[in-house]
Amino acid sequence: MAMGDASIAAEAAALRVKNASLEREVESLREQLLALRAELGSAKTQEDTSSGAAEQRNGGATATTSLSTAPSSAPAPPRAAPRHGLSRAQVERYSRHLLLPAFGVAAQERLLRGGVLVVGCGGLGSPVAMYLAAAGVGRLGLVDHDTVDVTNLHRQVMHSTARVGQHKAASGRATCTAINPTIQVEAHMCGFTPANALELVDRYDVVVDASDNPATRYLVSDACVVAGKPLVSAAAVGTDGQITVYNYGPDGPCYRCLFPESPAPENCSRCGEAGVLGVVPGVMGCLQALEAIKVLAGVGDVSSKKLTIFDALSGRFTAVKLRGRSPACLACGAAPLLSRANLAAHDYVRFTGQPLDDGPPEDLELLDPRVRLQPAQVAELMRQQQQQQGSAEPVAAAAAEAAGPTTAEAAAAVQCRSTVFLDVRPQPQYDVVALPGVVHVPFERLEQRLAEVLALCGCSSSSSSGDGGVGGSSSGSSNGDGGSCNGGGGAGSSNGGGGAGCGVGAGAAASGEAGEQPAAAAAAAAAAAESPPRVVVLCRRGNNSQRVAARLAAAGVAGVTDMRGGYQAWAREVDPDVPLL
Amino acid sequence: MQIKVLYFAKSREVAGVNEQTFELGDGAHTEDLLAQIIAAHPALDSVMKTCVFALNQEYVRPQDKEALKDGDEVAIIPPLSGG
Repeated sequence: MAMGDASIAAEAAALRVKNASLEREVESLREQLLALRAELGSAKTQEDTSSGAAEQRNGGATATTSLSTAPSSAPAPPRAAPRHGLSRAQVERYSRHLLLPAFGVAAQERLLRGGVLVVGCGGLGSPVAMYLAAAGVGRLGLVDHDTVDVTNLHRQVMHSTARVGQHKAASGRATCTAINPTIQVEAHMCGFTPANALELVDRYDVVVDASDNPATRYLVSDACVVAGKPLVSAAAVGTDGQITVYNYGPDGPCYRCLFPESPAPENCSRCGEAGVLGVVPGVMGCLQALEAIKVLAGVGDVSSKKLTIFDALSGRFTAVKLRGRSPACLACGAAPLLSRANLAAHDYVRFTGQPLDDGPPEDLELLDPRVRLQPAQVAELMRQQQQQQGSAEPVAAAAAEAAGPTTAEAAAAVQCRSTVFLDVRPQPQYDVVALPGVVHVPFERLEQRLAEVLALCGCSSSSSSGDGGVGGSSSGSSNGDGGSCNGGGGAGSSNGGGGAGCGVGAGAAASGEAGEQPAAAAAAAAAAAESPPRVVVLCRRGNNSQRVAARLAAAGVAGVTDMRGGYQAWAREVDPDVPLL
Repeated sequence: MQIKVLYFAKSREVAGVNEQTFELGDGAHTEDLLAQIIAAHPALDSVMKTCVFALNQEYVRPQDKEALKDGDEVAIIPPLSGG
């Protein structure tokens, strides 16, 4: 009898073990099913539903029921009473958080109950979303109107090569759900706009600014102030990063307290122009995830009133102690102008002078479009010049000799038949690819090297310096007008901008001639059609090339124009083998 | 007195250096330092209009004419917007 009892007890115990193991397997399969469903769902471009979380909740309930239907014939062991609201699957998934003395089950429960809105699914948003999903933030909102581009992939690790062209928010949801199918991930593919900002922010407990432009940064901050939500904000460009938590606690400052005025567009480095070391937003995004977890779970010291800056090249973090709210702040100060009622009407694009995304800069129109050369025309010009090379130069030299110093114009006219292709892209771009025979002077170095550039562009540079108008102007301009090459003045090329530039010839015998040349620059448009231009400026997109062309025209260079659309247009229209940088 | 200036992000790009030491007379304050920085790097003028300044790692507004002392460190931190 005793033997029989013992064997029955042993069998019951074995059954219980088997039952537990099967249940674990069921739960694991259920999670896999949820992950697969989520992957399937992400293919559709529709707003996320809460099916994942709902099913998990149902799943949890089913699991509990099946536990209680364990074979009743065997004596039940003493039941361990859970001291929390987590399912067994959750306890296992978040086990390492629960073991952590500084975290524990209460903090995990707060994460599971919380919601975080991540604005931007790029280089910062990727690690933020992935870590928050993994950590078990109950509801994750991912906002981005953009689609995945191949140039994103070196840093936006939430996306993949196979997802190029897909919505970033949807791609992010698929990645996060694959990491953790038991949480709810909502993809907002509409982007973050003044019209939907409050509606989105209101639905979550913590907001993460992982955006990539000043207009969105001000909007996110204002919405968080109005809605009373803490904002975990970080940014990264090049090899620099910053992070802080805004609008936290009784007197935590907001973005506007720190930056009441938006920086001028030319002072805002964009990843798409200035480049970014991929891991830098990764570092900053991880720190953002950490701060969001601390805020939501209520653990540790939140980085409020503290701006941490990261210099990736030196590997240094520097923390700056900030002040509380600025009484003068428009959003959170003593007499705020922004409110729930008027936020949507605020014009963030006008305030920052920049759009609500980080797309390519707008095409400038500094030069008369009739003067500008199409990439195909530049290609033809380069071909002709290459053919003539070797024969034209001796001819020019002979003509100059025959004409003598008094008829420098004739020599110049011959020399003008050879065109200078001036490439003004930054050094890193030039290092990747360049058209043959270009002269490279980076835009940033133009003022510094102006005398050299003018000498190169001046038709009479090789003839006697005594009466050379342009020769004289080159030396005059190099010190006379060190103004920066900003778009505004240059546009006038003939008149307004020329005024400053014309100081170049002042006092010299050739001042009259130098004064005429900028005026002639506009007319050179027509001339360019017949005789090849003297100088063709090339850049990446066709904006800086216009600035430089206008600058050179203002400094007295005749027959200067640029290539419309720059190397990017060349790659699209002339030579598809040239990579789109 | 000598004041060390640390340049970050855009200000470092424009200044062309990571840091620089400025020599100021006794009694100089943050606005004097700013004038010297602009004299050395005119192009920094527009960049610094929207920067955060830190004196010995504590936020200051240069226009408040905070007193400086030998060995102080001033950081120029432009806003970053990329991500």
